[in-house]
Amino acid sequence: MRYLPLTANDRAEMLAAIGVDSIDALFADVPEAARLSGPVDLPQAMGEIEVERLVSRMAARNVAAGSVPFFIGGGVYRHHIPAAVDHLIQRGEFLTSYTPYQPEISQGTLQYLFEFQTQVALLTGMEVANASLYDGATACAEAVMMANRVTGRHKAVLSGGLHPHYREVCETYGRFVGFELSMQDPLDGEEPARLADRDTSCVVVQNPDFFGEIRDYSGLARTCHEAGALLVVVVTEILSLGAIRPPGEMGADIVAAEGQSLGNALNFGGPHVGLFATRDRFVRQMPGRLVGQTVDAAGRRGWVLTLSTREQHIRRERATSNICTNAGLCSLAFTIHLALLGEAGLTRLARLNHAAAVSLAERLEQVPGVRLLSRAFFNEFAVRLPRPAAEIVEVLAGKGVLAGVPVSRFYPDNGTVADLLLVAATEMTTTEDMDRLEAALREVLL
Amino acid sequence: MNDWSRAISGRQTDDSAGSIETVSSNRGLQIEEALIFEQDSPGHCGVDLSEPAPFRNRLGGLERRGMIGLPGLSEPQVVRHFTRLSQKNYAIDTGLYPLGSCTMKHNPRLNEKLARLPGLADIHPLQPVSTVPGALELIDTLAHWLKTLTGMPAIALSPAAGAHGELCGIMSIRAALEARGDRRIRVLVPESAHGTNPATAAACGYTVDPVPADATGRVDRAALEAKLGADVAALMLTNPNTCGLFERGIIEIAEAVHRAGAFFYCDGANFNAIVGRVRPADLGIDCMHLNLHKTFSTPHGGGGPGSGPVALSAGLAPFAPLPWIVHWPDGLELIEHKAGPAENSLGRLKGFHGQMGMFVRALAYMMSHGSDGLRQVAEDAVLNANYLRARLADDLSLSFPGPCMHEVLFDDRFLKDTGVTTLDFAKALIDEGYHPMTMYFPLIVHGAMLIEPTETESKASLDRFIAVVKAIAATARSGEAARFRAAPVHTPRRRLDETTAARKPVLRWRPEPVQRQAAE
Repeated sequence: MRYLPLTANDRAEMLAAIGVDSIDALFADVPEAARLSGPVDLPQAMGEIEVERLVSRMAARNVAAGSVPFFIGGGVYRHHIPAAVDHLIQRGEFLTSYTPYQPEISQGTLQYLFEFQTQVALLTGMEVANASLYDGATACAEAVMMANRVTGRHKAVLSGGLHPHYREVCETYGRFVGFELSMQDPLDGEEPARLADRDTSCVVVQNPDFFGEIRDYSGLARTCHEAGALLVVVVTEILSLGAIRPPGEMGADIVAAEGQSLGNALNFGGPHVGLFATRDRFVRQMPGRLVGQTVDAAGRRGWVLTLSTREQHIRRERATSNICTNAGLCSLAFTIHLALLGEAGLTRLARLNHAAAVSLAERLEQVPGVRLLSRAFFNEFAVRLPRPAAEIVEVLAGKGVLAGVPVSRFYPDNGTVADLLLVAATEMTTTEDMDRLEAALREVLL
Repeated sequence: MNDWSRAISGRQTDDSAGSIETVSSNRGLQIEEALIFEQDSPGHCGVDLSEPAPFRNRLGGLERRGMIGLPGLSEPQVVRHFTRLSQKNYAIDTGLYPLGSCTMKHNPRLNEKLARLPGLADIHPLQPVSTVPGALELIDTLAHWLKTLTGMPAIALSPAAGAHGELCGIMSIRAALEARGDRRIRVLVPESAHGTNPATAAACGYTVDPVPADATGRVDRAALEAKLGADVAALMLTNPNTCGLFERGIIEIAEAVHRAGAFFYCDGANFNAIVGRVRPADLGIDCMHLNLHKTFSTPHGGGGPGSGPVALSAGLAPFAPLPWIVHWPDGLELIEHKAGPAENSLGRLKGFHGQMGMFVRALAYMMSHGSDGLRQVAEDAVLNANYLRARLADDLSLSFPGPCMHEVLFDDRFLKDTGVTTLDFAKALIDEGYHPMTMYFPLIVHGAMLIEPTETESKASLDRFIAVVKAIAATARSGEAARFRAAPVHTPRRRLDETTAARKPVLRWRPEPVQRQAAE
């Protein structure tokens, strides 16, 4: 077996050095009733050729986003990943290292994480960011739990515009961790603050929201702060912050975001990268790892994992979160992509996305039966169709166009959203793609 | 003076490094590298994008104003920057990484290649299910392998890492208890457990009740049984445990836990020791997470991403988190809501469908090994650890006698009166070109050194490591404590001041104030 370097001779010599007759002697502590006498019922070993053939066959059964006109978003976005990103993250020194617990031989990981934390703080307009969480949805649940710790309260208000998966993850954590949720209906246009009361630790909103709408939450931030609650702003399309006002400038106390759009492929939904940023005064209540700057014994600048007394490996049952492994390499991809883009590239990429979405929205508005619901949006918008969106999406998929996300996939029992379709356009969307979608939609809605 | 010039001027003057000072502070292949923010050439960009044609902005007056503060760099600068950073890291690809309980085994590159196939990497989780049958097939195949290896009837694949899997498991247990109207408040956790175990139990609202170890390094059965009662929800036990030992009494422990009406959670971080040789279901386990980034070779990536599937008993399966993939006689169904067979699901733990990229890698790994090869993995992992145990037993102090599993635990008794600590010993290993073992964990022995070589080390590699450890131990005993306290010296940085880092946290780069720059 190509991954196993011991030879039969090695094994015999090593058993002799240990002083046992057979490998079975080393498993003597396993109760006899639980010892398997031979291999379990699974296929035998295969070479690269066979494994590649079998897995490639499964891959070939899927429709890759790049092979068709593609307009799906809903919290995961298809963007161009510069070739250098994937090359650099596959360097073995990044790919095959562990958590940087030995800082003298982990300065590479520690320094890029310090750069990552700085980038996330700058993008979100916040003061401090951690070294990543699993994904945006779990970052959102962690934000609620942190707000509970900061305020000593145990109820969160979730806006109707929050991504439904984020809402569901908060519900799960709420049930078992023990906090309450007030959930606004998905299309409820009222300020979520009206659901807040004296027990409310935070109000959670999303910008742009799940339906693509961009809002100014400055007023809501003031309302929250007057009531002693925190404002949590979720961002599922991090690229939007290259174009629109960041949550930090609107008064957010915590930003929980999904960073997939920078450097990370769709990956059928994972792994992605959770971003988490807040104000300096709350830093000791943050979940997850933090990298800090310091000096070494020779006085040179260097980096270490810091404020670890918040974490499970030190604090055990009193930790701020149970998280250990985070999104490591995905945060590296994010950092490299954003380093390549820089200020000029990020803002231009954001403009390209917005331009594509505006162009597409203007075209779809002209299709009889399609009504554009979004007023202000970035690269994704909602339209109302004359029939259930899921059916239309299925028909269009049959015509080789992946048209968007039917909202009913998330709210199957809510009739008011059945006709809603979310449509995204990015720098990857060509005029020909838009032609195909428009034509197919006209045909289907005829 | 900016941070970069300070980094240069703060160059090493200490002779103990045995190095000759250089003009640049670089030392051969060890190159100083500034932060990207300190390499800004405004307006530069490493990605060529065309400006869009003029269009009517629909941002609703909420445009971002002012600079974000991101630096501008060209592609060659970025490639050099991150390449230089990578060279400051130790990695499995560069050497033995014997970090106990972390299973730092070789990460096959075939896995990386397959995870990047467009049909797997370039598919969206919200595509119509009809356009991703191969994705469901791959996940279902992975589930079949993991269920067969654990002997468990169901597997929850969505948890994003081991600790997330623990949450999934303890939530499933609480859901099952609630479903039968049984309110229990305590979770028993051995003192040798990973920190995530008590953190998870506490996060789910349970009181953590620690269970001591016995003289053989295993859970104290009498103490455990005394603590079991009608208010105990679960026992969280790592097996093989963090001392590298198989819990001999595990079947009896499971029976006692079940007699008390509680559930048996097993932390599967150390599954590498028994994969293909022991099925957790045969041990009486109700629930166990697997770390795909340990046993199944998906890369650690400097701290993630991971994947922590949870194998569940028939009693816990109805509560598994969303989404579910149900294997019906006529095909696979993706269930994303609490309805039908998933009516009692505990809900969603994460966005979308789990860590697909990790699923591909783990499946490629398992297919490569096959059932015969996976059994060999466990055998070689255990053989390598025992070989280290036997060869180092006279030089270090073995915490517990007898054969170990995939990792071997030493403590610091051999350093008594030398003035050298476990930390110093570890740092001396760094100078010799090795990543240290896990230090000061588990907590039940003093100055722990937990060594896990994994099955992907050759005998020659182990022999070299043994020779180095023996020599360092001899040096420690010969009274050269000062040398140990100074270690490491042959690294990009020497020991770092962690106290100041925590006391005055600097967690991001900030530009130097303008007036100070002007004064210089």
